[in-house]
Amino acid sequence: MNWTAIKSIYVFEMTRFFRTFLQSLISPVLSTSLYFVVFGAAIGSRINEVEGVSYAAFIVPGLIMLSVMTQGISNGSFGIYFPKFIGTIYELLSAPVNFLEIVLGYVGAAATKAMFIGTIILITAFFFVDITILHPGAMVLFLVLTCVSFSLFGFIIGIWAKNFEQLQLVPLLIVTPLVFLGGSFYSITMLPPVWQAISMFNPVVYLISGFRWAFFGIADVPIATSLLAIAGFTGLCLLVIGWIFRTGWRIRE
Amino acid sequence: MSPILEIRDLKKSYDGGFEALKGVNLSIEEGEIIALLGPNGAGKTTLISAICGIIMPTSGSVTVGGHDIATDFRATRTMIGLVPQEVSLEPFERVISTVRFSRGLFGKRADDALIESILKRLSLWDKRNSQIKELSGGMKRRVLIAKALAHEPRVLFLDEPTAGVDVELRKDMWDIVADLKADGVTIILTTHYIEEAEAIADRIGVIAKGEILLVEDKNALMQRMGKKELEVQLSAPLDVLPDRLKSDAVRLGTDGSSLIYTYDTRAERTGITKLLSDVAAEGLVLRDVVTRQSSLEDIFVTLVKEDAA
Repeated sequence: MNWTAIKSIYVFEMTRFFRTFLQSLISPVLSTSLYFVVFGAAIGSRINEVEGVSYAAFIVPGLIMLSVMTQGISNGSFGIYFPKFIGTIYELLSAPVNFLEIVLGYVGAAATKAMFIGTIILITAFFFVDITILHPGAMVLFLVLTCVSFSLFGFIIGIWAKNFEQLQLVPLLIVTPLVFLGGSFYSITMLPPVWQAISMFNPVVYLISGFRWAFFGIADVPIATSLLAIAGFTGLCLLVIGWIFRTGWRIRE
Repeated sequence: MSPILEIRDLKKSYDGGFEALKGVNLSIEEGEIIALLGPNGAGKTTLISAICGIIMPTSGSVTVGGHDIATDFRATRTMIGLVPQEVSLEPFERVISTVRFSRGLFGKRADDALIESILKRLSLWDKRNSQIKELSGGMKRRVLIAKALAHEPRVLFLDEPTAGVDVELRKDMWDIVADLKADGVTIILTTHYIEEAEAIADRIGVIAKGEILLVEDKNALMQRMGKKELEVQLSAPLDVLPDRLKSDAVRLGTDGSSLIYTYDTRAERTGITKLLSDVAAEGLVLRDVVTRQSSLEDIFVTLVKEDAA
């Protein structure tokens, strides 16, 4: 394993992140604060507790997941798409590194950035609502797995995309609706039975449910199912990336 | 001694049937500089890309230092440095960071002393903390070379390294290449500037339509294919060539004010003495005498034309 190369890619990507640190920080903090003001204070004050948790606190795990998933995809896709776009990918392809090392470097950095943003949002949440984390270990585990799996997914999108429009297409048309309809702002049990059944086909439901369980001990689906879902998603992304590097699809002619 | 780079029947075809490489064979000895000349679309960059791992060859084999590029890619890529044709650099990165990144990417431990020596050698040390976007085109090309040298390669590919740079910088590059050769680095250079190949290469390879037409020692090639011309400039122009001077080797210059004699430098007798005595016997008065050697460019044009025919 070429650890020096992995570290180099990781440090290079993190340097880019810290170069635009303020933009990276302000945007999620501002949008999260707005969510708390609109959903937590304005609308939330008119909603009763959800399964024994105040509405403002109930949406915290969903909000963190929303940001972490979109940040993971955005960082993972941009990290590999940008070298493709400006041509510096030649160096990566001609270096003595295999696909696993490239993925560890790029996805590791993308997941770290997403983790960082998730943590900032959690800290921001403490300023707005009173929350306690029931299972901190599980919370960290879900957070890490989600950051990694969605950064992997973003990496695939970055390789697939041929232009900046395509880079935005999947997050905008597929991921954001899935996250919003995945129980970020409500419990699946609040939906009519038909929509509850349909929601079970949304993979994001399992992630948010598991993450919310780590906070409050309440879940829409069993915790083991949530873990299985996220592990399956991560495995699927790794298989696709493995195939991409084996065949050179869209990176090596 | 076994060659450092051995290419055997290397082919590259694209979807749609276009054959960019049609079975290339080439052996390169350690420490030599070989210049690959060829028109646009000849397959020069495709060949380099296949060796470096940027594209996948359709068939054939390549070994670097005895290691196969497919089965032992870590060993081969560690030995290879590549300066690409396009200036591809992250615009917001600093010079020193991007060079350090290249070294790390190739699995080499950080070595600030080495990076400093490379940057100084390429006159980039003063610009080490500048962002790439602040540099001139020539400086960016130097950064590409610095990145390629950062992991101390034994084989360096320079894909048109002086395209679009001014004459002074081009000469600087030649000096850098000479220094690298002195350090024992094998250099494979593609270029459109034939004077560049003429100035720095040990061997010349001519590639056209995905095939190597010729690989030969530069001096031997120029001697074999190069012709020398003697131009005898006359005080008074001639309308026709005098009978005494008529031969396949002699022709009249465009305005009749000179005689142009083509000869072979390797021949036992060049015929110059006889020509000059014939000129004197005709009573022609000389104004000046000039000799010219065919350039590599003439040879290259001839070869590519012959192939096209």
